[in-house]
Amino acid sequence: MIRLERVSKRYPGGSEALSELNLTIEKGEMVFLTGHSGAGKSTLLKLLALIERPTRGQVIVNGQNTAKVSRRRIPAYRRKIGMAFQDHKLLLDRTVFDNVALPLVIAGMGRRETARRVRAAIDQVGLLSKEKLLPMALSTGEQQRVGIARAVVSKPDLLIADEPTGNLDPELSLEIMNLFARFNEVGVTLLIASHNIELIQRMGKRQIVLHEGRLQDDSEATGPLHGAV
Amino acid sequence: MARSRSPRGGKIGIPGRVLGYLLRHAQNLLGALGGLCRQPLASLMTVSVIGIALSMPAGLHLMVENGRALSGGWESTLEWSVYLKPGVSERRAQTLANELQGRPGIEKVTVITADQALEEFRIGSGFGEALELLTDNPLPHVLVVQPSADSESAGQTTQLADELKQLGDVDLVQLDTAWVHRFHAILDTVRRAVTLASAVLALGVLLIVGNTIRLDILNRRQEIEVAKLVGASDAFIRRPFLYNGLWYGIGGGILAVAVVQMVGFLLKEPVSRVAGLYGSDYRLLSLAADEAGLLLLAGAVLGWLGSWIAASRHLRDMDPEF
Repeated sequence: MIRLERVSKRYPGGSEALSELNLTIEKGEMVFLTGHSGAGKSTLLKLLALIERPTRGQVIVNGQNTAKVSRRRIPAYRRKIGMAFQDHKLLLDRTVFDNVALPLVIAGMGRRETARRVRAAIDQVGLLSKEKLLPMALSTGEQQRVGIARAVVSKPDLLIADEPTGNLDPELSLEIMNLFARFNEVGVTLLIASHNIELIQRMGKRQIVLHEGRLQDDSEATGPLHGAV
Repeated sequence: MARSRSPRGGKIGIPGRVLGYLLRHAQNLLGALGGLCRQPLASLMTVSVIGIALSMPAGLHLMVENGRALSGGWESTLEWSVYLKPGVSERRAQTLANELQGRPGIEKVTVITADQALEEFRIGSGFGEALELLTDNPLPHVLVVQPSADSESAGQTTQLADELKQLGDVDLVQLDTAWVHRFHAILDTVRRAVTLASAVLALGVLLIVGNTIRLDILNRRQEIEVAKLVGASDAFIRRPFLYNGLWYGIGGGILAVAVVQMVGFLLKEPVSRVAGLYGSDYRLLSLAADEAGLLLLAGAVLGWLGSWIAASRHLRDMDPEF
């Protein structure tokens, strides 16, 4: 699903965020990306979302070389990837329903099909009763779940998440991770950047550790510990 | 990707897609209007500025039109005296008058024979007894030519005079042309000035709309970045701003028409009073339906264009972050 070949990314300031990174993530995997701040986690996700381009090397997503995706084709490319963010990036002046519907509206889907899929996505994150509320009326954990519903509403094959539990307490964090694991069970490939080591180990999934832009450790999945999933 | 079908849905035919496309545009169009109505004061300010900018060239244009209509009235009272050469017979004068009568640009030709002229002179001048001493009538036959009202431009007027001078039997063409020339030259200048002013003000409208849309875009930066993150194309993001610009332009056009008609209405009474004192039934022209339509169209096009320029310039730079 994701293949990085000798990928380097140097920002104009001169610091090298990623250097000579090789990485392969298979279809259907759920992978955690960890490391200190500045280790290159966000840069890696930005390369996958085509927010940044690599300085050297190749990034191949779902068989497609991202270098060949022109600026004009970026929106169509992004529509195939679900994205969840630490600050969830919801539109505060629109209801939960409208927020989740955004990717489908952008894709030009019909009204009825949109409503059906949006309700299904909101239901999956357990917020069906709150679809008419504005994000500010929700708790932080609920807001994050709305963000996740928006990421999965267009049924992407790949979902990337940047510190999705960064602002949550341990209990809510576990809840969010379990939600991700359920999507993984139905075949979605997930790449989740997080520094919540304890939680990651509890999930027992593959773990990629970055250090100063290089691969430091790549441990195989061990299976979930008691309490997860 | 294999699992996720095309979001538009594979089973929708081409008519359905076209319908969906039109529906989305209609939604955007109405959505933009709704958005502007939610900020009535700010929208009204923008629309007013555009309206005033558009009403100026429209008002000037109307002034020129009125000047033309007025001078057209004067034109019909102008007469040219065409003096024929001495020795041209009265019959020849009549034939020439008939020939000229058929020409374009000439309304009417009357002949004043030498005898008639002498008679008039005898009565009018008080030199009656002195004229008795003359054995011959020294006066030539004269054709009084009245140009038609539609040959209003300065160029056409002089051209006709030149043509008359070319005729073999004509000695002199006399017309108090100086003031007509001046007036027409002034009208021509004003008309050109109106064209230039229109161009400058059109540019102004572009900038006003562009700047308003630019601020609008900056205010909604967060929303735009989120939309880009979830895969919105530039065209999708640009569309509501374009419709905003379109509405600004149309609103400005409507206001401009209203302003011009209002000014016309307020001036109608005093103008016809002045005209009445001069014994004229001259009435102030107001904007015709097609002119008003053109003004609206100009507003709409400028609004659309201004927002397109602003949106294209600023949306490109606005790349998302996380």
